[in-house]
Amino acid sequence: MNREILLGDEAIGLGAIHAGMSGIYAYPGTPSTEIFEYVERKTKKAGDIHAFWSTNEKVAYEEALGMSWAGKRALVCMKHVGLNVAADAFMNSAVTGTNGGLVLAIADDPGMHSSQNEQDSRFFAQFALIPCLEPRNQQECYDMMFEAFDMSEELSLPVMVRIVTRIAHSRAAVTTAAARPQNQLSPSKEIKKWTLLPNNARVQYKHLTEKQPELLRLAEDSEHNELRLAGTTGVIACGLAENYLSENLEADHDLSILSVRQYPLPAQKVRKLVEHVDELLVLEDGYPLVENMVRGLFGLEGVDVKGRMTGEVPRTGELNPDIVREALGLPALPTAHTRVTEIANRPPALCKGCPHTDSFRALNEALNQFDNPQVFSDIGCYTLAALPPLEAVHSCVAMGASIGMAAGAAHAGYSPAVAAIGDSTFSHGGITPMLSAVQQGVNLNVLVLDNSTVGMTGSQRSMSTGPTLDQIILGTGIEEEHFRIIEPTPRNHEANVEVMREELAHDGPSVIVARRACIEAIKIKAS
Amino acid sequence: MEKNIILAGVGGQGILSIAFVIDNAALDAGFHFKQAEVHGMAQRGGAVQSNLRYSDGEIFSDIIPSGRADIVLSIEPLEVLRYWHYLRPEGWVVTSVTPYVNIPDYPERDQLLAELASFDRIIMVDTAHLAKAAGNLRAQNMVAVGAASQLLDFSEEQLLKHVEGLFARKGEKIVEVNRRAFAFGRAAGLFFRGLVEGGMTRLAALDLCSKMVPATIDPKHAGAWAAALGTDEEKLAAVLATEDEIPCDQVV
Repeated sequence: MNREILLGDEAIGLGAIHAGMSGIYAYPGTPSTEIFEYVERKTKKAGDIHAFWSTNEKVAYEEALGMSWAGKRALVCMKHVGLNVAADAFMNSAVTGTNGGLVLAIADDPGMHSSQNEQDSRFFAQFALIPCLEPRNQQECYDMMFEAFDMSEELSLPVMVRIVTRIAHSRAAVTTAAARPQNQLSPSKEIKKWTLLPNNARVQYKHLTEKQPELLRLAEDSEHNELRLAGTTGVIACGLAENYLSENLEADHDLSILSVRQYPLPAQKVRKLVEHVDELLVLEDGYPLVENMVRGLFGLEGVDVKGRMTGEVPRTGELNPDIVREALGLPALPTAHTRVTEIANRPPALCKGCPHTDSFRALNEALNQFDNPQVFSDIGCYTLAALPPLEAVHSCVAMGASIGMAAGAAHAGYSPAVAAIGDSTFSHGGITPMLSAVQQGVNLNVLVLDNSTVGMTGSQRSMSTGPTLDQIILGTGIEEEHFRIIEPTPRNHEANVEVMREELAHDGPSVIVARRACIEAIKIKAS
Repeated sequence: MEKNIILAGVGGQGILSIAFVIDNAALDAGFHFKQAEVHGMAQRGGAVQSNLRYSDGEIFSDIIPSGRADIVLSIEPLEVLRYWHYLRPEGWVVTSVTPYVNIPDYPERDQLLAELASFDRIIMVDTAHLAKAAGNLRAQNMVAVGAASQLLDFSEEQLLKHVEGLFARKGEKIVEVNRRAFAFGRAAGLFFRGLVEGGMTRLAALDLCSKMVPATIDPKHAGAWAAALGTDEEKLAAVLATEDEIPCDQVV
């Protein structure tokens, strides 16, 4: 037994190590990245846990499922939008079921601190018909990993552990427990379970639905779903929302409270609460999932259900203690100073000396012969080129979407159709749309910004950089004379503009790789 | 006892190093603590903050509620303005006066400092001056935590232990620079407060601190300096006009 200072992410990683995990699978994505990084750092020396970044979340999920098939415990981690990428494998893994414990740790980002949306992964757990645990603090992040792995093996189902940015990136002291040994290799021999041909899949899907009463019973009996009845005003507090509630309550409060940290939603406990109160506030960091379930389509007779849908809690954005205080109808606390409203903003920006700056300066100039040219972009540091002073890119939707969207725009007759994508995003989601575009002979220009690393998330290993990247690009069948490599530096500016102009003039697919290492990555390597 | 601290600055200034020192001191002392921080996109040259809370009782929220912050500790003067409204009525600001200018519309420095100095419970330190004297401009974060240490619930030794722990792998020289930066910050913070309590205006106190030989700053001389200069602007101007830095014990 030990006390360690850990981020919520790290507590999940350490919990998984101590729960006997044999492999961790992930693609970097804020706020989930540090789960993997912690495990990698912690177990590198011993080398007894497989820890190697995957090319994308779908690959990560499938690798984890394979380790589960082999009888060992696997953790797969990603950010909320990563599960969209992994959804095919994820949804079907609930149908196949598991062998060794399989836990999906997923970090949602309410408030979109570093994301394109604030989708709520609890819907995915509900959709796939699997259990979901929602820790409210770092200690529970750690403890719940033991439970999640055990539950996964008992139910033969993947189990989701859902956290949000505010726990992922907050530190506290965590008390650790004795480590459990890893499972022995014991591959599954249940061929029909794993082979989802329609005939097998129908049987498996029926099994999955038949497990549901057991999932519900576990949630009803769970100590994570605690009901405390008092007065006739009730609160349902999901996950860490309970912290914001507790923060605002005096010891002698009279609220009836149901904490929810294990799903499916414990219907009997909700019923007991609903029958006891005439007013019910639902607090959840994410979508109004529980709120809408409790209210139903037509409202709940005799109980006024409040939350995000009724305006007591803002419809969008992250929860915080101030929002909850207001939702509870409590007066704001006095402060030493009023809020200063006009403060010069300090938006995130590309680092000084960043190769992307040189790439986009050249692209801007090469494109200035066109009227209001639009550039499709992707997800990474280079998305910051959308902001002044560069204002060089005009879209950011999903990993790899720049190439697919540029191709679609080209199909529609738009020219020049330019896509800008980083080397790691290219390996994640850019290869398949590129293959498609080249094979179709689409008139588009792809600028691959090869800085040799995953920059935005803190310099993780990129899967397709340097010669590997070049071989992949050539492997799509692109004509060699329209595959160009430039070095984005201020000194090469004129020459780079010229290369870009030449390729923009070409009617057909072309790829320019702008290759220069991330300056942050160089610093990290040096230290 | 509960202490809620908002650490503020710009990405790369070393807020998390300050958090490391206080977190570990809190852990040693057996306190509960939580410390939320900013990673990812918001970090790239942007405004960053960390909410640090420690208490002898249970802490619930990772975020400090408005009106519950005891200290805003900022390594950058403009960043104070973003978090001012979290302070409880008796809360303190401890701030560096060294601007980090990476935006075109950064306010005029004197105006900004005047606005800050109009606040009653503020400790202003010239972190750049002190860190440079300590041996490395990058140690401004340790100067800042030193300046704030008078408001924390730990001894100087309890905090310095983790300053050492933090920099140990970078070698004895870096450890020494950061220890010194912490000590300079601590002395300057106390000295500044002593000058203000002795009757000097905050901006005058700040100017005087910046004129001192950093290694000589000792809060025990604050009373004498305040008595000597008071609100006499001419006398202050004469002191500030001297070419060399002034040893703190040579009160004019």
